[in-house]
Amino acid sequence: MAVKSIMIVGVGGQGTLLASRIIGNALIDCGYDVKVSEVHGMSQRGGSVVTYVRYGEEVASPIVEKGGADIIVAFEQLEALRWISYLKPGGKMIINTQKIDPMPVIIGAAAYPEGILDTIKKSGVSYEAIDALSLANEAGNSKAVNVVLLGLMAKHSEIEKETWLKSLRNTVPERFLELNLKAFELGYQK
Amino acid sequence: MKKLMLGNDAVARGLYEAGCRVVSSYPGTPSTEITEAIAKYDEIYSEWAPNEKVACETAYGASMAGARSFCAMKHVGLNVAADPLFTAAYSGVNGGFVIAVADDSGMHSSQNEQDSRHYAAASKVPMLEPSDSAECLAFAKLAFEISERFDTPVILRLSTRISHSQGLVELSDRVELPLKEYVKNPAKYVMMPANAKGRHIFVEERTLKLKEYGAECPANKVIKGGSIGVITSGIAYQYAREALGDKATYLKLGLIHPLSEQMILDFAKKFDKIYVIEELDSIIEDFCRAHGVNVAGKELFSYIGEYSAEAIRSKILGENTEYIIVDEKIPVRPPVLCPGCPHRGVFYVLNKLKVFVSGDIGCYTLGAGAPLSAIDTTICMGASISGLHGFNKVRGADWEKKSVAVIGDSTFIHSGITGLIDIAYNASNSTVIILDNSITGMTGHQQNPTTGYNIKGEPAAAVNLEALCKAVGINRVRVVDPFDIASVEMAVKEELAAAEPSVIIARRPCALLKVVKAKPPVTVNSEKCRKCGMCFKVGCPAIKKSAEGNPVIDTTLCTGCGLCTKACKFDALKEDSHGC
Repeated sequence: MAVKSIMIVGVGGQGTLLASRIIGNALIDCGYDVKVSEVHGMSQRGGSVVTYVRYGEEVASPIVEKGGADIIVAFEQLEALRWISYLKPGGKMIINTQKIDPMPVIIGAAAYPEGILDTIKKSGVSYEAIDALSLANEAGNSKAVNVVLLGLMAKHSEIEKETWLKSLRNTVPERFLELNLKAFELGYQK
Repeated sequence: MKKLMLGNDAVARGLYEAGCRVVSSYPGTPSTEITEAIAKYDEIYSEWAPNEKVACETAYGASMAGARSFCAMKHVGLNVAADPLFTAAYSGVNGGFVIAVADDSGMHSSQNEQDSRHYAAASKVPMLEPSDSAECLAFAKLAFEISERFDTPVILRLSTRISHSQGLVELSDRVELPLKEYVKNPAKYVMMPANAKGRHIFVEERTLKLKEYGAECPANKVIKGGSIGVITSGIAYQYAREALGDKATYLKLGLIHPLSEQMILDFAKKFDKIYVIEELDSIIEDFCRAHGVNVAGKELFSYIGEYSAEAIRSKILGENTEYIIVDEKIPVRPPVLCPGCPHRGVFYVLNKLKVFVSGDIGCYTLGAGAPLSAIDTTICMGASISGLHGFNKVRGADWEKKSVAVIGDSTFIHSGITGLIDIAYNASNSTVIILDNSITGMTGHQQNPTTGYNIKGEPAAAVNLEALCKAVGINRVRVVDPFDIASVEMAVKEELAAAEPSVIIARRPCALLKVVKAKPPVTVNSEKCRKCGMCFKVGCPAIKKSAEGNPVIDTTLCTGCGLCTKACKFDALKEDSHGC
């Protein structure tokens, strides 16, 4: 199988690392070679963050490059727009409709672009948008945005649901499991 | 069993399996997780040292004492640890001694982009470089074998993409090794001139043996493929492999110092054209040219930043990837101080007073960004204090009255204390602010000698910063709460006006620590708000501006620290008193 690439993009602190670990563990369970690349340190702290997941028979580079992602899961609208050039022609985006103003916007040095979803649609990209924050709150905690989005992504993947759930159980701490299973289900049923 | 592991975790696993007994490190992105992972193994003694020099010397002491030992650091940490490295290179080892150094090409989290391979050449010790997590584990073990076989420290060179990528790793059991006997041997371990002269001869002979060893070293491999010849190592191999696949044959060098002349010459004979693909400096390329091998390298690829499969594909195959371009201005999203960060109060005041701020390395470097824009200089660990001392020595008394140094608790212990001694001893009237947030923050919450806990979270001796500053000769030492901005402002003004050097300790724990409980979010009274915009000047990511210009609190981010309420002159922002 040709190597496939997933990107998770968002804002530092949104839980992109946990999402990538759950994806990674599910893919190993399917018998793939897997590489996951993440960013720690200075690049977190509310900055733009990206995690790459690549899988297939044999993966060389852990990095996804422009025009290379089969799926981009964007945890925030502006980040969806920022990373759109990384999508493969014919690839799919999953977009959380949440907006988080970056500091240049807060202090009035830049404007948050209007109509991001329209812009993405006009560029010919196929996407599914979801209000993951509301669903996370429905599941019981606003921090579960990551697992709601994972649920929606899982629905579009070729991997069986039970494999995802198993990875979730193995990756998430016991005391948060019920919350996260609920969040996953809310995303999956969307 | 195969497991998905971060490169750093795989290094730790390799150390464990190799029977390593002692690990001492100072945290530094991207190397930190190695030592954090080691701390989970009961079989290995581990610690956070005050700085990389101490860590390196501690680990080396354990090696002389007969144990396999290790220390990890980021690239700039090796500058600090260079002193013990260069002489440990002469004395060699008893138990194996391995130093991991993690470079940061692309500068994801660093102040420079130095190439640590130069240290291997300069100190004349062998260096291994893995290209994925599986090799991180294997090379960590191999490093101990090389160390003991050739009587030398070994450097394991990592980079951000190797350290922070996860790949599949096969685990094995730990080998328990007995302590080697320690025999007094001044000719080997007392490096005064007469003995060191003898050891230098040994070092040069060792280098010749290591060069020969390169041809049999299992870390050096030829991966057969097509007619394009590529010499590469580390993460650059993965990019090359991604770009060129089976079109190329690769000489993948795992032992990157000393380079194996024989392997490179044998490889070169088979190809008309050879590309050297290495991030940062042209070390392999220069070696090839010096040995008469004609290669293409830096005329195609940069000395700057990270490489990519895209760039290699474009330069060598002339193929370019198509991608979507959206014509829209996208605002940048720089990292910022977290909501509830105690440093924010200090920078808000420093920005307001428009003083010169000599900065340092840590989360608080983010105080340089708009709108706080408070920092004038940032160079390296500890330079805030000694740099300010130098500034004040030439710019005089007027400058002393409008300049401060800012430094975190961990950085102060690392190398700030020596600068403070210089201020006291050589009498500049400088003002130092220690931002004591009770943790090493930027690298992800490691304990340090001021926190009262060790690497395992057990109670430990804690440096008393007030007593320490007084003991070195600073008479004026005071503590403020950084959330009480009126007191911070008063303290800064008074200490700048004082006729002797002073230390202000701004003390409040990091907002991300588990013991710090968030308060209910701040509320906005729109009727009282005059839209003056003062609340946006605290630079908190939890305060958004509405279309009308009012502040809107993001309740998912706000920790209720109340700093913005103190910046508001119209009482429009309120701390929620319920449930505090």
